Amino acid sequence: MNKVLRELLFPAAAVAAAFVVGGLLVLAVGDRPLLTYELLIGSALTWPDGIGYTLFYATPLIFTGLAVAVAYRCGLLNIGAEGQLYVAAFATAWAGITFANLPALVLVPLCFLAAIVSGGAWGAIPGVLKARFGAHEVITTIMLNFVAVALASYFTQYHYKPPGDPILETVAIGDAARIPRLGRFLPGFPERIPANVAFLVALVACLLVYLFLWRTRFGFEIRATGASPAAAQYGGIATGRQVVLAMAISGALAGMVAINEVLGYRYRYYDGFSAGYGFTGIAVALLGRNHPLGVIVAALLFGALLRGGLFVDIFTEHVSKDLVMVLQGLIILFVAAEAIFRERLRARAPKAT
Amino acid sequence: MSQIFTIAFVLSALRLATPLVLAALGGLYSERSGVINIALEALLLAGAFTAATVTHFSGNPWLGLAAAIVAGIGVALVHGVACIRFRADQVVSGTALNIVFLGLPQLLAGALFASTGATPQLPKEQLLPWPPIVLAFALVPITWYVLDRTRFGLRLRAVGENPEAADTAGVDVARVRYLGVILSGALAAIGGAYLSIGQASLFTRNMSAGRGFIALAALIFGNWRPVPTMLACLLFGAADALSIQMQGVSQVPVQFIQLIPYVLTLVVLAGFIGRSRPPRALGVPYQKK
Repeated sequence: MNKVLRELLFPAAAVAAAFVVGGLLVLAVGDRPLLTYELLIGSALTWPDGIGYTLFYATPLIFTGLAVAVAYRCGLLNIGAEGQLYVAAFATAWAGITFANLPALVLVPLCFLAAIVSGGAWGAIPGVLKARFGAHEVITTIMLNFVAVALASYFTQYHYKPPGDPILETVAIGDAARIPRLGRFLPGFPERIPANVAFLVALVACLLVYLFLWRTRFGFEIRATGASPAAAQYGGIATGRQVVLAMAISGALAGMVAINEVLGYRYRYYDGFSAGYGFTGIAVALLGRNHPLGVIVAALLFGALLRGGLFVDIFTEHVSKDLVMVLQGLIILFVAAEAIFRERLRARAPKAT
Repeated sequence: MSQIFTIAFVLSALRLATPLVLAALGGLYSERSGVINIALEALLLAGAFTAATVTHFSGNPWLGLAAAIVAGIGVALVHGVACIRFRADQVVSGTALNIVFLGLPQLLAGALFASTGATPQLPKEQLLPWPPIVLAFALVPITWYVLDRTRFGLRLRAVGENPEAADTAGVDVARVRYLGVILSGALAAIGGAYLSIGQASLFTRNMSAGRGFIALAALIFGNWRPVPTMLACLLFGAADALSIQMQGVSQVPVQFIQLIPYVLTLVVLAGFIGRSRPPRALGVPYQKK
């Protein structure tokens, strides 16, 4: 079978199957599936609000999807994007607060660097634990997620909270650290929509990840390690180093969520800000076949679902926005067990191949 | 110091360790058979939600507990079919279920009780505060016995260590693995039921709060063996009890005490304390030749 067709067919089948199961659930709780899906998808496609918010929600998912994809190309499952983006968001806010007096031309790059370096460093830890001690990255990243959230919350609560503020958040970053919303340049796109320059940064990140993985020696070595560690080692690749490198890049990409969240949207670190972006990133990467282009498409789909979920919450009788979480999980499940579809396909055309 | 370690503290630690012990023993059956189960979190939530809901409608907590077990087995079977029948990546399948259960209980609670995720409060006489605790700690020696002294235990360990050899010896690898996964669903769901109709008196949004992952940590910490795993759960339960007791009293921020299980697990994984060795075929799908 045509390879490109297959790459598109199975993800599409997984999404369709998840929507069918989700539809049955909607039916079970007493609402109409088609109406619910019309709200879910339709409200994400209106101009400018629907599309604007979809882009805004898709931005962190592009970063976390890329993060999971890069690690996956090296044969690693990074469940730690959630922790990496929390550490980076706090570090970015810290830089934006501490150096608030610097001019934008210096401060914005500095804050970008804070996001990338802190996320990368937090991501490198499970890489080192794996390369040096053989500790499985799935377990270590799960544990590090809890450590990251607790540390960020500790520093916020005890050192950076505005006095008297009942919400667990830091003081605001300097004005110079803020990056503009898309409405600043796009005619007809109001500035109240929080989609910001971080979306363009995410697209650039996709291009860079593509060039890195498929056009550089390091990228080749990472993919070789992922394809077969034994063969890569035999071919003279220091696989341990590739594991650390891939996890550091993965963490740095997850950390770039801070650009959208801290520099482009809330202008501060806000405890518990992530709506599971790190975990949705796993769905985005798997559905997007761990390819930057696929990641963009999948992130837009999930971004649309996050936007549409709010409308389902309001305008249906029983269904809540939790349906979106269920759909996400089901999509991952069907992508993971794609053998279901492969066997159907084979059963239908047993002698064609 | 002497004021901390009172009988009340020990009881509190035992109570907090109970869902961990049940989930970790559940994970043990699945993982010793070779199937990674990071869906313990989902299983806890499935058990907690089902137990509270069925108890509310029937007025009988034992029925709630039984329904929780059925629900846990159902969810575990989804994981089992995906991993054993369709050879899905076991970590990904488990992650998928965890994500599904971040939403599903709320979706159902919204429809059943018009709430944003909680079930109605249960009266005190419809709770089971003690039986799950007794069951959890009784299951530790039972699990040891089953694993070490019975035919089923031998087969379970065999398919987890060397499925090819077990297959050659006439063991139905898939069947044994399904049994391991089913047991994990049943036990973790009892742990979940304890959260909603034992410790608390209702289900609340995401009430497992990472306990499935702490149970997983205890399992690794305990080297996939029942007694050490229970000891790890007790240690983590004590850390939890300590953090509750020290809230507002001590100078040490609560966040740091809550981190003890996670940091200890990282230290163990890095090989600073002992060495943990997972079952050899853990995570590897088996395809009959």
